Amino acid sequence: MSVEKGREITISVLKFNPRSAVSKPHYVDYKLEETPGMTLFIALMKIREEYDPDLSFDFVCRAGICGSCGMVVNGKPALACRTLIANYPEGKLTLLPMPAFELIKDLSVNTGKWMDAMSKRVESWIVDNGEETDIAKMEERVDPDIADQTFELDRCIECGICVASCGTMLMRPNFVGPVGMNRVARFEVDPHDKRTAEDFYELIGDDDGIFGCMSLLACEDHCPKHLPLQNKIAYLRRKLVALR
Amino acid sequence: MKINYCDALVIGGGLAGLRAGVAAQKKGLSTIVLSLVPVKRSHSAAAQGGMQASLGNSKMSDGDNEDLHFADTVKGSDWGCDQDVARMFVHTAPKAIRELASWGVPWTRVREGSREAVINAKKTTITEDADRHGLIMSRDFGGTKKWRTCYTADATGHTMLFGVANEALKHDVDIRDRKEALSLIHEDGRCYGSIVRDLITGELEAYVAKGTCIATGGYGRVFKQTTNAVICEGIGAAIALETGVATLGNMEAVQFHPTPIVPSGILLTEGCRGDGGILRDVDGHRFMPDYEPEKKELASRDVVSRRMIEHIRNGKGVPSPYGDHIWLDISILGREHIEKNLRDVQEICQIFNGIDPADEGKKGWAPVLPMQHYSMGGIRTKPTGESQNLSGLFACGEAACWDMHGFNRLGGNSVSETVVAGMIIGNYFADYCLANDVTIPTATVQKALDKQDAYLDEILAYNGTEDIFRIKNRMQNLMDQKVGIFRDGTGLAEAVDELEELLKKTKQINVKSKERVGNPELEEAYRVPRMLKVALCVAKGGRERTESRGAHYREDYLKRDDANWLNRTLTSWPSEDDTQPTVTYEDLDIMTMEMPPAFRGYGAKGMIIENELSAKRQEEVDTLKEKMEAEGKDRHEIQDALMPFSLPMNYKEKNERAGDK
Ligand SMILES: Cc1cc2nc3c(=O)[nH]c(=O)nc-3n(C[C@H](O)[C@H](O)[C@H](O)COP(=O)(O)OP(=O)(O)OC[C@H]3O[C@@H](n4cnc5c(N)ncnc54)[C@H](O)[C@@H]3O)c2cc1C
Ligand code: SF4
Ligand code: FES
Repeated sequence: MSVEKGREITISVLKFNPRSAVSKPHYVDYKLEETPGMTLFIALMKIREEYDPDLSFDFVCRAGICGSCGMVVNGKPALACRTLIANYPEGKLTLLPMPAFELIKDLSVNTGKWMDAMSKRVESWIVDNGEETDIAKMEERVDPDIADQTFELDRCIECGICVASCGTMLMRPNFVGPVGMNRVARFEVDPHDKRTAEDFYELIGDDDGIFGCMSLLACEDHCPKHLPLQNKIAYLRRKLVALR
Repeated sequence: MKINYCDALVIGGGLAGLRAGVAAQKKGLSTIVLSLVPVKRSHSAAAQGGMQASLGNSKMSDGDNEDLHFADTVKGSDWGCDQDVARMFVHTAPKAIRELASWGVPWTRVREGSREAVINAKKTTITEDADRHGLIMSRDFGGTKKWRTCYTADATGHTMLFGVANEALKHDVDIRDRKEALSLIHEDGRCYGSIVRDLITGELEAYVAKGTCIATGGYGRVFKQTTNAVICEGIGAAIALETGVATLGNMEAVQFHPTPIVPSGILLTEGCRGDGGILRDVDGHRFMPDYEPEKKELASRDVVSRRMIEHIRNGKGVPSPYGDHIWLDISILGREHIEKNLRDVQEICQIFNGIDPADEGKKGWAPVLPMQHYSMGGIRTKPTGESQNLSGLFACGEAACWDMHGFNRLGGNSVSETVVAGMIIGNYFADYCLANDVTIPTATVQKALDKQDAYLDEILAYNGTEDIFRIKNRMQNLMDQKVGIFRDGTGLAEAVDELEELLKKTKQINVKSKERVGNPELEEAYRVPRMLKVALCVAKGGRERTESRGAHYREDYLKRDDANWLNRTLTSWPSEDDTQPTVTYEDLDIMTMEMPPAFRGYGAKGMIIENELSAKRQEEVDTLKEKMEAEGKDRHEIQDALMPFSLPMNYKEKNERAGDK
């Protein structure tokens, strides 16, 4: 907590309510005093309570775990709850809603709807051979390394930051996005999932999927969970290309 | 009026709600799950440490079984729990975790061979047998006899929630997020669904169903200092209370966790201590052994929390701008261990406090202080999960007082409860929906909707001088100060009075924007009065309960009083015009208990006012056990004779274990 106390900061927010006939997108500046350890979560809550009760944004865990609070901070998508004001020496932060998602209001976007569609599209669940597992019996053994590898890819919190940073997304609205491809990679590793490479090809073997990626790397740079997105995309691409 | 019909309505899409939703959908019912936020963002995602299930796979958990898990849970609850429910729970937990494994939760697995672990601050070598390689691993948590807490590093809640949510998508459960339940539709003692507000469009809709299951999580946000997500406001419990029919159980039973980080309140998991982390005071001294020589840092959460505050009161806290705190030291576990198993903890320390907890010595110590963490109280149900008074209303997960936690829940027993209750209650709930039709006239539904509609208009028309955010802050501070870890009669009485005043003041506010859509202040304005009702149940229940049990600790009544208080508090809100809840009680029957009340194993002995039936029942239990053992009966038969219990589906089947002879 090496922040000097009492610095005046300016938070500039793009406000817009697409559901109102009169609302037009416009910036509003809020000036407030920085407190030690202040995050954007703390700052925005203060703004709502003391200056503008009408300001909309989304927080749930406020701990960087749930993926609710993605927004564009000074041009870069980030989790607002983990954004320390102290990391902005100029004391000015401009906040925009994340692109690529439907705008709800102000900083609030509908990532949930997008992620649900993505999950359905890549069938983001275990596809087994249809036999019911007898849960009174011992569990299937999994090699500890494979379990760890699956876990590493399962850590995605669906925050949408990779989607908001993705160049392909701007040109292909139906692009499955880095998060979708990570999901495929995750189930590909999981021994409980019986799908083959051909099955995955059916899901993402096109330009809206694995072959649409331009490898600009922004997804991986911004992912707050440090998922190896580019590595995995490259791996899947090699694997799926080999099929045709 | 838009009416959505379905067979089974689940309000809340955390682990409990989603698992119950899967149960209903699998029985062929059309099932809708509603949630304030995308379900994968539910509070369940934040659970770090793990899930208890007595698999007995690894070395340190070898020999574990349902009986040990049961005994730990009952003791942990300070004998406040429903022992039937605790039995149902421990028997189903191994099945729940195996089901989750088959749904893809990447549980950390046993690796054969030797590894180093820190036990009681000493490096120890543990060697895993080859025949256990690849089975689900477990770690140590407070209050358990065996290492029983299964985990995926320190992101257990996240992986579990994604596993269950994905499975719900696979089975086409109709999940609708950004939908907020405002009230329940009910008539003649039966519940028929809910009036719901769409948080994007502001539209009010009715959801009419054969059965309704509330799984809206806890009420931690009635406190200021809490580890809970900002959406844990207890609204599910409040709307059940507002029916005037359903009751809430043990609302004063609120758990405080020893190690949230200061000042943000973000939790550093119990896994930190489970894996060997220790607590230090202003002098760097490890003080827990002075207070709890046997269990030390791994005594129950309520005990550790109180000891920390006690030590601070003794002048041994570390001063800081945010008040005195204690240090948590995990650096002794070594960098490698932290970077693999406690990575989220490390990240939280780095991002929010600029500390790397793997740094050796004082540099890596994290400032911690006990804060509100878990709601043992909730919607009171029968063992089937159905409300005792309002038929067709079910509840599960943290929103419910089902009641396997009594007055203190053990770490790892909550996410376990959510999925286990989702399985058990979900199936009873589905059976109810299969057996009962909707018979409610549309006019009743319209009336319920109109009422909420008029209420929103009323709020927008208030023209007072109060501010809803200030009222909320005042409530939260009051709860921290007077209904916190240490309680007494005077403080609790003051809290009840002031909360009542605050509730009245919620009608004297002025909401600045008059928009019905996208107006966060309006949302506060209709939520805070409900939160205040929940807070009043907590404070008043606490004021009346003149004993100390589990997390409910009265400085003016230090003993657990089994003679007078072996009961469950029930709070209800019979009339809308009431400004305080009505408190009644439900007795616990010692003579049907498998484990009659005894010493819990922590703190000083002699702090119990005994109930004479305890010794009587103990004798009965001992005699029966002895006799059956002599007859060569196994532990399952003996258990069945002592306290038979039933379960839906095939959940009663015996759990297979690697250590079975
Ligand atoms: C930081 C932290 C760490 C924890 N770690 C552990 C651990 O390691 N092990 C363990 O066993 N337990 C742990 N717990 C406790 C455990 O996580 C919770 O008790 C459990 O996840 C609760 O799950 P739930 O399904 O009951 O509710 P939640 O996950 O809280 O879900 C509630 C759902 O209800 C919805 N909702 C709420 N109100 C409404 C409304 N009015 N209308 C519609 N929907 C609504 C929400 O959107 C959400 O979907 C931890 C808790 C915290 C705070
Ligand atoms: S891959 Fe990373 S950036 Fe993308 S949604 Fe998941 S956690 Fe967020
Ligand atoms: S609020 Fe959960 S990640 Fe920011």
